[in-house]
Amino acid sequence: MLDLLAGFVEELRRSGLPVSLTEHLDAADAMHHVHLENRDELKSALGATLVKSDAHWRAFETAFEIYFAQRSPGDALSGDESGPGSPGESDTVPGGGVNLAAGLSNAQGGGGAGLTAQELADMVYRAVRSGDAGIRALVARQAVDRYAGMEPGRPVGGTYYLYRTLRNLDLEGVLERLLDEDRHRTAEDTGQDLTALEERLGVDAYKRRIADLKQTIEGEIRRRLVADRGAEALLRSVRSPLPEDIDVMHATRDELVSLRKALQPLSRKLAVRLARKRRHQRRGALDFRATLRRSLSTGGVPVEPRFRHPHPAKPEIFVIADISGSVASFARFTLLLVHAISSQFSKVRSFVFVDGIDEVTAFFELADDPSIAVHRINTEADVVWVDGHSDYGHAFTMFNDRWGGDVTSKASVLILGDARNNYHASQAWVLAELQRQARHVYWLNPEPIAYWGSGDSIVDEYGAHCDRVVECRTLRQLERFVGSLE
Amino acid sequence: MSSGPAIAGGEPSNAALGIPNLGQPRFASPSALRASLAEVGYLADDAIANVVYLADRLAKPVLVEGPAGTGKTQLAKSIAEVSGSRLIRLQCYEGLDESKALYEWNYRKQLLRIQAAQVVGEGSGERGSDMGPAAGRDPQRVEWKSLEEDIFSEEFLLTRPLLEAIRAREPVVLLVDEVDRVELETEALLLEVLSEYQVSIPELGTVRATQLPMVFLTSNNTRELSEALKRRCLYLHIDYPSLEREREIVQARVPGISLELADQVAQIVQSLRSIELRKAPSVSETLDWARTLVLLGIESVDAVQASDTLHILLKYQTDIERAAKELLSAGS
Repeated sequence: MLDLLAGFVEELRRSGLPVSLTEHLDAADAMHHVHLENRDELKSALGATLVKSDAHWRAFETAFEIYFAQRSPGDALSGDESGPGSPGESDTVPGGGVNLAAGLSNAQGGGGAGLTAQELADMVYRAVRSGDAGIRALVARQAVDRYAGMEPGRPVGGTYYLYRTLRNLDLEGVLERLLDEDRHRTAEDTGQDLTALEERLGVDAYKRRIADLKQTIEGEIRRRLVADRGAEALLRSVRSPLPEDIDVMHATRDELVSLRKALQPLSRKLAVRLARKRRHQRRGALDFRATLRRSLSTGGVPVEPRFRHPHPAKPEIFVIADISGSVASFARFTLLLVHAISSQFSKVRSFVFVDGIDEVTAFFELADDPSIAVHRINTEADVVWVDGHSDYGHAFTMFNDRWGGDVTSKASVLILGDARNNYHASQAWVLAELQRQARHVYWLNPEPIAYWGSGDSIVDEYGAHCDRVVECRTLRQLERFVGSLE
Repeated sequence: MSSGPAIAGGEPSNAALGIPNLGQPRFASPSALRASLAEVGYLADDAIANVVYLADRLAKPVLVEGPAGTGKTQLAKSIAEVSGSRLIRLQCYEGLDESKALYEWNYRKQLLRIQAAQVVGEGSGERGSDMGPAAGRDPQRVEWKSLEEDIFSEEFLLTRPLLEAIRAREPVVLLVDEVDRVELETEALLLEVLSEYQVSIPELGTVRATQLPMVFLTSNNTRELSEALKRRCLYLHIDYPSLEREREIVQARVPGISLELADQVAQIVQSLRSIELRKAPSVSETLDWARTLVLLGIESVDAVQASDTLHILLKYQTDIERAAKELLSAGS
């Protein structure tokens, strides 16, 4: 068991979780106090001792499900995930030696072998309608048997198997059918249509159950993959970066969702940190009146001197972002982040460009919801001048003509972009001019450093006129940079 | 000084040798813990029961994180209630320091004591003055030594929550609320208490716990806590409850609510949480809403009643508008 734990900790570290030695020891200690045959207890114990952040929970869960996968799903009909103490569940083997074929026949023996497509569709419908975990597990097993078409020995993470299974189950159709039935029933019972509220609640409930079903199917596929190739091999295929380490430029849709979720707590933390840093940077002058007042209780001896709170000036921020296709998502995240903490700056002004440039500050100020602002940027901002290909040179000259005068010595200018200029003129003199006027000019480049200066990237030419050029591919790097702004 | 429990200096105890004195388990098993929590009206899910049980067995603090209003503080209170312990609460805030969290010397009283000694010294004879002859110095020094011992005794010690939890003889539950509000440097104050269950006072020595308090730290995640603190704790994330659990919570905490209404309330709240809102409704807001509906004598919520009372669940005007739009007029 200790070896198993050591392997698991090693795996967590490989996925980027910071697990310390003490935490590893704690987990080993905790093993004495849980019933190992109960997977839920084991999971809570490992989770509580090894994972110390909510953002890391998903990575932990994936690793746990695979590493401590059940050997075979062929128990009884109701033998779903975690019936406490049901036989065979203590077999938490990584890399069990059961081959796929055996796993398959086992599964079929377990739950009413060989349903027809019609029967299976019926079962899916029943599973979603009732939300019963037993039926759900059975459906998942049958569906994977029938549709996933798993081939032994392929080095995959199972995403395609999942897609193939779900496509055949037609869950959308099931949802429609259930809703239709609800409508009919209400119409027959009361002679009225469903109210909007009832309908919405129904949709949400069914959607939750369908999501559960998808998860069960994914678990089923993973379990079989573990049986086929072993946990270590599968973990290599499914290991995914933590939200803060996702490369923003190449994020998938799911990853973008988790990035958006991570952004909000991150900006809140950043705001708190900046505010504190500012407040504690230096002590204010002696507050003579308060000190004197305070000394009365100690007989006129000023035991505790009081100080005024310092009020250092907040910086002004100009964000100039390239929102052409290649770097658009990065620009959006940065704009969201900077505006989310705009209270930490005396003024934030945002400009977006492709080959034309437009100011979008008002979008953020007017909208309560930053995602609306981003939507408006995409639809309303006037950023195309000729052909809609990035032209940094032209955008910079336009900026200088229209707003150059607003950049004062209190302002920091952030430029976001990959500096891929499509071989247009660079007009780097604008940056030199800006650097002369502004307090700082920073360039954030979402490309890996290795690509800088290759092809049409002229970041080096611009970089000569910036105080710092920073590689900024992940939220972690972005946070670090914004945290260092003064 | 004599009344103080386990002040260091005697023969080494288990604790001094670094072996935690575990004592009797407070709870027989996670399921027993769950059952007794349910009796006092706190419906724990599996994860909560497992982690709290483990924390007791390993004598480790629990760091509880999660959205506001999901029952983090209530968990500590309920644990205190079921284990028959006293709850000692340290509310954290920015600027919290040693003198508010651990202990403080009552310097006003100390000053009085010194002044009283001077008055007594002057009154009892002429030798009390500073300019006195060499013969007078000796007794004065003795006096000062005894005075020093005197003013740094427990009589002049003001215990604050952390020290109080350590010194208590009866079982206690220590709740350090919103630990993310203190500065990073202040967190260090907690470390000695959390890992060794002891407090070092330079003038007195080290105060060790005779009983191990159960410790809960809650955090709203406004900043990253230090690694050192997290390492010493078990981590428990309490999220919004599932539909079934929320329904049970509503039934347990709102007297006189019908099963049907509780179900509806839970469903509507779940749907609200799936919309992107600035502040999703918390469990305590769900309960407030359910109580309101019961008070209004509503048996089954319809769209009009829901939108009339939405301001109990949601605290931002934009959220209310959006929820009304999404939930109550969808499809029509």
